Amino acid sequence: MRPTPAVSPGDGLAKLATYPYAVLTWVEPTGYPVSVAVEVEVDLAAGTVRFERPAGLAVPMEREISLTGSHIRPQPGYGYDERRHVTVWGHAQPADGDRLAVTPSSAWGWDEAEVPFFEYSERSIGKARRYFDALSRERGTPVKPRLSLPFLVLRTTRLPFLSATIVPVVLGIVIAASHGFFDPLTAILTVIGACLVQLAINVSNDVFDTAQGADDANVTPTRFSGGSRVIQYGLVSFRGMAALGAGLYAGGALVGLLLLALRGSPALLAIGVLGLIVGLGYTAPPLKLVYRGLGEFAVALGFGPLMLLGAYVVQSGGMLAWEPFVASIPVALLVALILYVNEIPDRRGDAHAGKRTLPVRFGRQAVIAGYRIAVIAAYAAIVASGNVERTSRL
Amino acid sequence: MPPIPEPVERLLEAALVGELTVVDGHGRPVTYPLIPLYDGERIYLTSSALFSRKLEHIRANPKVSLSITDPVAVGGAADRATIQGDACVIEDDPHGGWERLLPIWEAKEPAIVAFLKERVALPLFFERALIEITPRRVLYWPDGNAGAVPRVDVVRGEAA
Repeated sequence: MRPTPAVSPGDGLAKLATYPYAVLTWVEPTGYPVSVAVEVEVDLAAGTVRFERPAGLAVPMEREISLTGSHIRPQPGYGYDERRHVTVWGHAQPADGDRLAVTPSSAWGWDEAEVPFFEYSERSIGKARRYFDALSRERGTPVKPRLSLPFLVLRTTRLPFLSATIVPVVLGIVIAASHGFFDPLTAILTVIGACLVQLAINVSNDVFDTAQGADDANVTPTRFSGGSRVIQYGLVSFRGMAALGAGLYAGGALVGLLLLALRGSPALLAIGVLGLIVGLGYTAPPLKLVYRGLGEFAVALGFGPLMLLGAYVVQSGGMLAWEPFVASIPVALLVALILYVNEIPDRRGDAHAGKRTLPVRFGRQAVIAGYRIAVIAAYAAIVASGNVERTSRL
Repeated sequence: MPPIPEPVERLLEAALVGELTVVDGHGRPVTYPLIPLYDGERIYLTSSALFSRKLEHIRANPKVSLSITDPVAVGGAADRATIQGDACVIEDDPHGGWERLLPIWEAKEPAIVAFLKERVALPLFFERALIEITPRRVLYWPDGNAGAVPRVDVVRGEAA
């Protein structure tokens, strides 16, 4: 994967023409490069660039020289703006008067308007990997990138997304309590178990997405999408990530078994098993729900009815009710929308990896319309759930 | 006496960007815009592991140059300079070794501290090697005009 798109000599020349001056550079007979700022005159039709011969310096004719235009210019206090640079290479030849001309034979550059910085960085991951591999070989011991433990945990498990778990679980518990069922111990265990399973799903999704090439293909991740990328960055090994996922699943299963022992019911067992299948099958073969265009549905089902009803039946001892199901609908829609929105920046990489998400399958207008319909439906469901609650009280 | 002429030192201390040129395996110059950091004796630049091709070139050929040409990056000063020197790559600790230059970097570009707090968002960008340049020869254009012969200073007694 190229970090930056290829730049033809002609394109390079056209870009160079946009800079107020160019840095003319060549390698002197001493072996040191030397640079001098020159004003250039670009003739796009002729494919040449001309400039005054710098005084007191001998520009070589027999070796390639370069001309660089740069707008990499930090702004004091807030970073950069409009970062771009371009270099063209070619042989200098005498031109009119005391000027020299170059017909570029190659070019290279980067423009953040074409490739945003984060994408440029993601496209350069392979270079970073090779850098650390070379350093490791040189030292005879593994050298890896690092993050402090709190940041690594945060990034690896995608901890902030736990809110999507805690909301439906607590809602289920609260509805159960309003129906006269509340047991503090199992309520706490339910929250812990659900969180462990959610973290396990987050981690295992990265493992399966990496195994299937989806996360490697994604060069436009955002802070909220594209997985944790800790495997891609070399912060955690694939094997380590798989072990972490298995450990979290084991912890979640242990809590689930404890809940079954304490408040066991066929409904809880069914919800637990279905939740595990949906969670693991989201990216794992053979189901690979997200690859088959069922990812949004799986998330809605998992974070809506399954979480809410699961929390409810733990408290009720297995008794089901309509209220938690109805209340789960807006939660399901809103959590699915979190996924939906975050699939938009991932759509290029997802399409490349064969993930048939809704933003991959539908055009821009349909994706926007889908979002609007889901939001309206979610809030309509909230109003409807209030009516159900009032009706049930009557 | 500083190894670098005073006007060029002033440029180095002010410059928010300079052009590092290294020599690739084909003997071609390759130029990278980077922030120069000057400690009064040597010039430092840092390179992320993400963009480490320049480090490979330096390891193969340590002869480099750093030019300061952008008047906007030096607070409007019109003078320009190119410093030729020998570079070495310091990469004992890519994670934190480069942070010893943070005080100089922060003095020049305070936003770096805020960027560093975002390390979790872009961890590989902050895995960095240091490029240390020992200056050998300095070319200086007082009015920035390439039509004038540059003043040339040899540093540490090496032949021009």
